[in-house]
Amino acid sequence: MANENEVQNENDYNFLLEVDDLHTSFFTENGEVRAVNGISFKLEPGKTLGIVGESGSGKSVTAYSIMQILAETGKIVKGSVTFRGEDITNWNEKKLQEFRGSKVSIIFQDPMTSLNPVFTVGFQLEEAVRLHTGKSKEEAKKRAIEMLTLVGVNEPESRVKQYPHELSGGMRQRVMIAMALACEPDILIADEPTTALDVTIQAQILELMQELQKKMGMSIIMVTHDLGVIASMCDEILVMYGGRICERGTADEIFYHPCHEYTKGLLRSIPKQDNMGEKLVPIGGTPINLLNMPKGCAFCPRCENAMKICLTEQPDEYWVGDNHLASCFMNMKDLVENREGRQ
Amino acid sequence: MSEEKYLLEVEHLKQYFPVAQGFKKIPLKAVDDVSFKIRPGETLGLVGESGCGKTTVGRTLLRLYQPTGGKITFDGDVLYDSENKIDKDMLPYRKKMQMVFQDPYSSLNPRMTVEDIIGEPLDVHKLYSNKAQRREKILHLMELVGLNAEHAMRYAHEFSGGQRQRIGIARALAVDPTFIVCDEPVSALDVSIQAQVVNMFEELQEKLGVAYLFIAHDLLVVHHISDRIAVMYLGHIVEIADADELNNNPMHPYTLSLLSAVPIPDPETARNSKRIILEGDVPSPLHMPSGCPFRTRCRYATEKCAEVNPELTDRGDGHLVACHNR
Repeated sequence: MANENEVQNENDYNFLLEVDDLHTSFFTENGEVRAVNGISFKLEPGKTLGIVGESGSGKSVTAYSIMQILAETGKIVKGSVTFRGEDITNWNEKKLQEFRGSKVSIIFQDPMTSLNPVFTVGFQLEEAVRLHTGKSKEEAKKRAIEMLTLVGVNEPESRVKQYPHELSGGMRQRVMIAMALACEPDILIADEPTTALDVTIQAQILELMQELQKKMGMSIIMVTHDLGVIASMCDEILVMYGGRICERGTADEIFYHPCHEYTKGLLRSIPKQDNMGEKLVPIGGTPINLLNMPKGCAFCPRCENAMKICLTEQPDEYWVGDNHLASCFMNMKDLVENREGRQ
Repeated sequence: MSEEKYLLEVEHLKQYFPVAQGFKKIPLKAVDDVSFKIRPGETLGLVGESGCGKTTVGRTLLRLYQPTGGKITFDGDVLYDSENKIDKDMLPYRKKMQMVFQDPYSSLNPRMTVEDIIGEPLDVHKLYSNKAQRREKILHLMELVGLNAEHAMRYAHEFSGGQRQRIGIARALAVDPTFIVCDEPVSALDVSIQAQVVNMFEELQEKLGVAYLFIAHDLLVVHHISDRIAVMYLGHIVEIADADELNNNPMHPYTLSLLSAVPIPDPETARNSKRIILEGDVPSPLHMPSGCPFRTRCRYATEKCAEVNPELTDRGDGHLVACHNR
């Protein structure tokens, strides 16, 4: 799978990043909000991992937990995040500062609020470079222009003197990508990178990300709610609901053989080329309230096929195909019914 | 075609906003010469990127803005005609034309109960004779959009996004309109909730025969709900056609690239389809290109495009395209 060169470079670790049984909670006035409830995944170098889910599914919190940029009330309560064999959850702030930006960087949904409005684009880019590489001012400036050229910003020499408000949404997101990649990180986390952009600009940015991945070889974690965006981009997809992973697999497996009731419902509910004349089949009910999580399967209250066992027990992940895991009791309906019959 | 009765006819509608540039005021042409017609009980989808003027069209139709020029005919009555200086009082027509807004969080008054929110249009138009009748009407509307009667005394913040959008729709339906402008009504909702609301729009149309102008940027949703689709770019309509025709046989170069840019939730199709990536950004509506507005990003642009703005011409079966070269 990995050639010799790669294995040497990665210090013999096959996986760049391993998230194991991660639990992240927010401690609010109304009680503990369990945003992420025990998720595990591994990321190979150079691969793209997609995380999909609706708001409140814990997809962004997962990304922020890896970067450890949670809000003050948020805390990783259990589990580990291992980067190249080292558990980073117990690193101190100084070590994390070095880690963020140079090893893993993140781009956010809204490029306007994630750039500082009172500094020029060039200053912000140079700052990122100087903080992490110790390059001189001159070198950093050169690097900034180089990065802007790489992400397809026209006239980079004059752009560096401009402020974020002078750029369009698509241009700002390009600057964000340039900043994130300036220190050649191993992992790029993209948290809804194109949600705030128009479709034609979205297409530009997605194309750019794929191109840069080919050139620089970084891994991408793509967090999105848009099934269309991940269909074309990802090697592996995680479908999240209520802070847990309900299904994971390759794009083809997820889209053509969904094995979790939530994924099935989601795919039925979106308009596609082949269901244009028909009524959409919506998922009933309302999204989950994280303060009041059901005891069993998180999706159970909205699931049409829920069985007795779904109310009380959380399903584990089971293999349902090559490279395809799902945590849904429906996949072993016979077994469950048999057991319930005996009881 | 001319014999056919239309519910709404818009001709050469213009909406300019004055913008100060130094000491001068120059017009921002948000909507420039837009014409379309909507049949009773039909859904016309209006798509385009942000800033193309699609929301402004919807708001100008309801006269939330004072139009700069053009003609609006609704149900046979001329509401506005800049040439003949007709400018009718809108209040009686607001019973027939309503609007559902994009953001279900900011479009409902947080200090009013659901009952009062839905009842307000009834109060304004005096559509009941006594309190009991008002309440009866409100409960009927709530049932229509799938809300429980117990919810009547609650406040908007107690509801989820999808439910709030239902309240907004019930409010629009309160006066029994024949035409509703839906301004991005599902884009603020979660994917799993979108389908519920889209279905409800379709069911209400079947039941009540109301016509929609469905404004959205999500092309797949618009294609699903619309009978016909109009594509806007920089204040101009560049193409109108039946929804399926537009998807199968797009003619305007902008429509082509817009459709190819839509991420398709199907890995097989996504792998095989070729995206037509547009270069650059949309020009500023303050400094419109001469001639065709799309020419600066168009692959087929010729000299003629810089001089003459192409008119919408019929390419058969009501498929209108504004392009010199296609």
